[in-house]
Amino acid sequence: MTPTRRKRLILIGLMVAGVAVAVGFALNAFNQNLMYFYAPSEVIAGEAPANHPFRLGGLVTKGSVHRLPNGLTTRFDVTDLTKTVSVQYTGILPDLFREGQGIVAHGKLNNDGVFIADEVLAKHDEKYMPPEVADALKKSKAAKPATGTAEVTP
Amino acid sequence: MIPELGHFALILALCLAVVQAIFPLIGSLNRTPSWTAMARPLAYGQFVFLAFAFAALVHAFLTDDFSVLYVAQNGNTEMPTIYKVSAVWGAHEGSLLLWAFILSIWMIAVAAFTRSLPDEMVARVLSVMGMISIGFLSFLLFTSNPFARIFPAPLQGAELNPLLQDFGLAIHPPMLYMGYVGMSVAFSFAIAALIGGKLDNAWARWSRPWTLVAWMFLGTGIVLGSWWAYNELGWGGWWFWDPVENASFMPWLAGTALVHSLAVTEKRGAFKRWTVLLALLAFSLSLMGTFLVRSGVLTSVHAFASDPARGMFILVFLMVVIGSSLLLYALRAPSISRGGGFDALSRETLLLGNNLILIVITALVLLGTLAPLIYDAFNWGKISVGFPWFSTMFITFTPLMILLMGAAPLTRWKHQDGGELLRQLRLALLLSVAAAIVVALPFAADNGAAGVAVGLSVWLLTTLLTSAWRRLRHHGGISALIADFSSRGGRSYYGMWIAHLGVAIFIIGVTFVTQFDIRKDVRMSPAQEIVVNGYRFRFDGVTPRQGPNYVAQRGTIHVSRNGHEVAVLHPEKRTYNMKSRPMTEAGIDVGLFRDIYVSLGEPLKGGDWALRLYYKPMVRWIWLGGLLTALGGLLSASDPRYRLRVLAKVTGRDVPSNTLAAGEQA
Repeated sequence: MTPTRRKRLILIGLMVAGVAVAVGFALNAFNQNLMYFYAPSEVIAGEAPANHPFRLGGLVTKGSVHRLPNGLTTRFDVTDLTKTVSVQYTGILPDLFREGQGIVAHGKLNNDGVFIADEVLAKHDEKYMPPEVADALKKSKAAKPATGTAEVTP
Repeated sequence: MIPELGHFALILALCLAVVQAIFPLIGSLNRTPSWTAMARPLAYGQFVFLAFAFAALVHAFLTDDFSVLYVAQNGNTEMPTIYKVSAVWGAHEGSLLLWAFILSIWMIAVAAFTRSLPDEMVARVLSVMGMISIGFLSFLLFTSNPFARIFPAPLQGAELNPLLQDFGLAIHPPMLYMGYVGMSVAFSFAIAALIGGKLDNAWARWSRPWTLVAWMFLGTGIVLGSWWAYNELGWGGWWFWDPVENASFMPWLAGTALVHSLAVTEKRGAFKRWTVLLALLAFSLSLMGTFLVRSGVLTSVHAFASDPARGMFILVFLMVVIGSSLLLYALRAPSISRGGGFDALSRETLLLGNNLILIVITALVLLGTLAPLIYDAFNWGKISVGFPWFSTMFITFTPLMILLMGAAPLTRWKHQDGGELLRQLRLALLLSVAAAIVVALPFAADNGAAGVAVGLSVWLLTTLLTSAWRRLRHHGGISALIADFSSRGGRSYYGMWIAHLGVAIFIIGVTFVTQFDIRKDVRMSPAQEIVVNGYRFRFDGVTPRQGPNYVAQRGTIHVSRNGHEVAVLHPEKRTYNMKSRPMTEAGIDVGLFRDIYVSLGEPLKGGDWALRLYYKPMVRWIWLGGLLTALGGLLSASDPRYRLRVLAKVTGRDVPSNTLAAGEQA
């Protein structure tokens, strides 16, 4: 093996090792940054992680939205028509946020079982239902057909 | 009548594309000049028919012909004319038509500006582009006909999504598509060279300016998209790592790697296989980007199932393009000659390192973009990949890349003496470390990011200056700048210079706006004042206003500093006539060193409003840097050496490649 070849081999070896370490690190970080989606029934059943942020989605229960006085903090309930979870959010709600609308919130559960959201999403046009929410509603309807009202057509 | 003619023109264009894909290629293989000569006229013909089809759809929008389904879904009589035109590419069918039209523009550009190339090469390149054209035109005609009629025709159209009614977004897709489709030229050159079995410096030199121009358009398109998001989404973000954004960012990253790899292949004949692979990758990612955005697969994998014809077509098309080009590559790769050798410390090595980093970043962005789709498809749960992950990845890999980027222009091709390089870099290194410390010190306790970023920027700037100084000293001082600029290889060098300067500016912008922006979500009553970072915001209430096709709640906010009025901002909450959803239009006071950004949230009790107030330092630098980078690409592409006749053909010997070397420190 000529010296130049050996040098090049070492160089390539170093680069491969560098890339491998970098990718390993990236994948590890990737796993920690995955945010799973849970429907209210799953949260109530205790399936959602306690100390890790996740996404909660469902319909905003009619009549549940109220603002705490003098601030920008809002409380509302999110439901999949079977179970309901209370959500608290401080900040400006998206343009499309309203009662009866499907939303997805990012955040964590606190000790009282209230979901403290740091972001609330209600995007696209008025007909749009976040796909996870549509799915969750379908599931909960199937599980408990009696309560599934025709109010929602995903 | 006109829509039918447009439809017919599309069919004719498809017929021409089929002929163009077959005959010039066969002609180039069995050396039939009359067949290779067909390539150019066929390309012009396709352009004429596609231009007609495109004009027909524009006409349908301008005349509000709602009997055309696509117009009824996206048009409206009340929209301003410019948005009637941009509505043409506002949704799936029209944007595909735009894609095909732009492909034909690139085809006639190739046909017109390749007079100095061998006819066989041009015939092959245009044949490959013809094949791509077949794919898109049949996709249009068989699954997404923009000229389909509805009966009875509605009296009024559904209107373009109001978010898209913005000047930035009117020109963003055409720019982006110029980039996406432009990558098809680099791809076609690579495939043509593989078919011919001859990958040499000449191939790299031919394909380089095209790649640079496509890359320039792609970069400009991304910058415009980011600027649009900042202006129009109303919430002050300029990049979201949204799948739609990633779809355009990945081909740009691969294109960046390609541009650099092509430089090595042109100058040194090395990296040939790698360059070919990058050309295939860049175009495949462009195709994937187009489809990811337009197929609806991003909102849900199930959108695929709701329109299986489109989904299947896309998958099959992608597989055919990627599969057949990789197959061809596998067949030809063994016969590709090895390029010039190089030592462990040489410009080649540094460029290879940066290529690797760029590809790793591309792969990670791809992973983050597709992971939710993959998880969903396999029923592993519904996930989303957090914004922080993408940012962490970027922050991890970019500094290393910047270090290499600073050193590379000062490093010689083939072999570089380590001690000499260190001597050249010493001053730059000292200055950047000093700058990093000076900036980092005031925040030492909590925030080193700004210091690192400034250090990296200064590193780029000082190494660039060193390189320019050395180059000019070699050419006879600063007075030689203009002569050097117009010399062969000169513009290529200064293009690199400006593009890298753009990166330095971009880093400053990104870091300062992410580290030091101040955001306040507040509740304000009329006449109330709030101070953010020395700026006093006075809210003067909200009044209704009538727009051309919307009604707005228009807020008035006076911004002052030290008693002097800085700006009066008018953020709006708009409701478009045809859509019931409201839209937020931010009020922005633009500055080179800071933006003041205000948007209206929602009305609260007693005339109060929820407001978002932003102080955004250096945010303009992000787009300024991005545009400079794109401009650098354009400048490089305009280098006089790309317009040379192929000397090798005429004189019968190869042009010594090192006489053309740009940025070389002899």
